Amino acid sequence: MLEYRVEIALWAISGIIPFFMLNIWTNNNLNESINISDILLSRYFLCAFFVRQFSVVWVVFSFEEDSLMGKVSPYLIQPLNPFFRYFAQHLAEQITRFPFALIIAFFFFIFNPESIWIPKLGILILSIVSTFLSFLIQFLIQSIVACLCFWTEKASSIERLLFIPTLFLSGLLAPVVSFPSYVKSWIYLTPFPYLIDFPANLLSGNETNIRGGLSMQILWIFLLFPLFKKIWSEGTKKYTAMGS
Amino acid sequence: MNLRKYLKVYKKFLHTSLASEFEYKTNILVDLITAILSLIGSIFLLSIFFQNNGYIGGWKFEQALIIQGIYTILNGITNTWFNPNLTEIVKHIREGTLDFVLLKPIDSQFFISLKKINPSGFLEIMLGFFLLLFCIRINQINLSLSFLILSLITISCSICILYSLWFFISTTTIWFVKTWNAIEVLRSFLYIGRFPLNSFSFSLRVFFSIFIPIAFITTIPSEVFLGLSQLWKILLEVIVASVFLITSRKFWLFALKFYSSASS
Repeated sequence: MLEYRVEIALWAISGIIPFFMLNIWTNNNLNESINISDILLSRYFLCAFFVRQFSVVWVVFSFEEDSLMGKVSPYLIQPLNPFFRYFAQHLAEQITRFPFALIIAFFFFIFNPESIWIPKLGILILSIVSTFLSFLIQFLIQSIVACLCFWTEKASSIERLLFIPTLFLSGLLAPVVSFPSYVKSWIYLTPFPYLIDFPANLLSGNETNIRGGLSMQILWIFLLFPLFKKIWSEGTKKYTAMGS
Repeated sequence: MNLRKYLKVYKKFLHTSLASEFEYKTNILVDLITAILSLIGSIFLLSIFFQNNGYIGGWKFEQALIIQGIYTILNGITNTWFNPNLTEIVKHIREGTLDFVLLKPIDSQFFISLKKINPSGFLEIMLGFFLLLFCIRINQINLSLSFLILSLITISCSICILYSLWFFISTTTIWFVKTWNAIEVLRSFLYIGRFPLNSFSFSLRVFFSIFIPIAFITTIPSEVFLGLSQLWKILLEVIVASVFLITSRKFWLFALKFYSSASS
C-alpha cells in the first residue's frame, strides 16, 4: 500500500467536496435558518470528510474486475470467503490514508482556527465505532451488489445508481437536519443518514440521538448480513468458470 | 487536411463502439435511471440551499437552475465521450498497446479521444436541454439570434476547456502510469460547477477562475442566458478555451517524446 503514496494522497484530496459545501453554507449565511452556528457547522463538515475517508468502499469494482478476468475461480477453491480478502485490503488502505487525512485537517484548522476542538474520549471512541459500523453497512451493501456480477457481469453500474442516494441523503453535502420535513419524516428509516450524518454529528458534538443511531446501524448490519450470505450461496451455485 | 478521411473513420468508430455497448442493454437502462436520479438529487440539494433564502451569491433559484442545466449537458458530454476514451489511455500505457495507436496512419490524439462512445450519456444531454428549455420559459428569456449564437459559442468553449482538462490529466499517465485518482480529483473539483461562482468565498473564486477555470465552464454560459454577461467575459472565455486546446495538444506531443513502450 505504501508504494502508492501519491495515489492515496490524491484520493484523500478528491474527498474534499464537503469543504466546498461548507464554503457555500457559511458564505451565504444559510446556517442561520437551521440554527447551527458557523463553528459547529464547520466541525460537522470536517467530521463528514473524516467519516467519508474511513468508510469509502470500492469492493464492487475490485470484484467485478476479478470476476471478468476469471480470477474468482482460484479464490473459490480456497477455504476462506474471498470477500475477506477485499475486507483486509480496505482496512489496510484506510490505515495508510490516515496521515493524509490528518494533513488535510491540519490545513483546515489553519484556515479556521476557531473551530479547533477536542472531543471527549468516550465520544471519540463511540464515533470511531460508529464510523466502523457505517463502513460495515456500506461494505455489506456493496458486497451484495458485487454478487450480482454472477448474473449480470457488469455490476458497477448498479453501484453507481446506488451511489446517488448515498451522495445526496447521507449528509455529505448538507446535514440531514437541514432537509425539508417531507424528507426528514422517512429518511431516518433508511440506512443513509447513518452512513455519514450520524457519525459526523457524534464526533463534532452536534445534537444527535446516540443510542438510537448506534442501534439503527447494528440493526441494518443484522438485516444485510443474512441477505449477503443468501445471495453469495445462490451466486456461487450459479457461477461457472470461464471456459466451462 | 483530409477531413473526409477522418469523418469516415469516425463513422466506423461510432458503429463499432455502439455495437459493443448495446451488448449490455440492462447496463444502459441502469445508467439512464442514474442520470435522472442524479439530476433530481442536485435540484433537491439546491432547494435546500434556497428554502429560507431568496438569493445565493446574487442568483435566484430559477436562475441557478440554468447552471444546473448547463452542468447536466456538460456532464452528459463527459460521460459520452471524455470518460470512456480518456480513461483508456491509462490502460493503453500500462499494457503497452499505445504502440499500436501510434503506428496507425491517423492522428493519435484523434484516435485516443474519439474511439469510444457511451450512449447512456445522451439521455443526460437531453435532460439538460429540457431543463434549459424549462428555464427559458420560467425566466422569460427572449430567444433572439444573437442570444443563440452567443450561448452556442460559450457552451462550445466550455466543452473545449473541459476536454482539455481531461486530456491534460490523462496525458500525465505517460509519466505517472496510474492517474486514476487524479481524474477523481478533477471530478470532485468539477462538482462545484453546479453552483454559481459567486456563492463561494473570494479565495475559492480566485482559485477556480485562475488555476482551474471551472468558473468559465458553467457560470459564463449561464450569464449569457440571463443576458448579464459582458462582452469581455465572453471574449476571455474564447481566449482561455483556445489557450487550453493548444496547450493540451502541445503537451500531448511533448509527452509522446517521453513514451518508451513496454520493455524498452
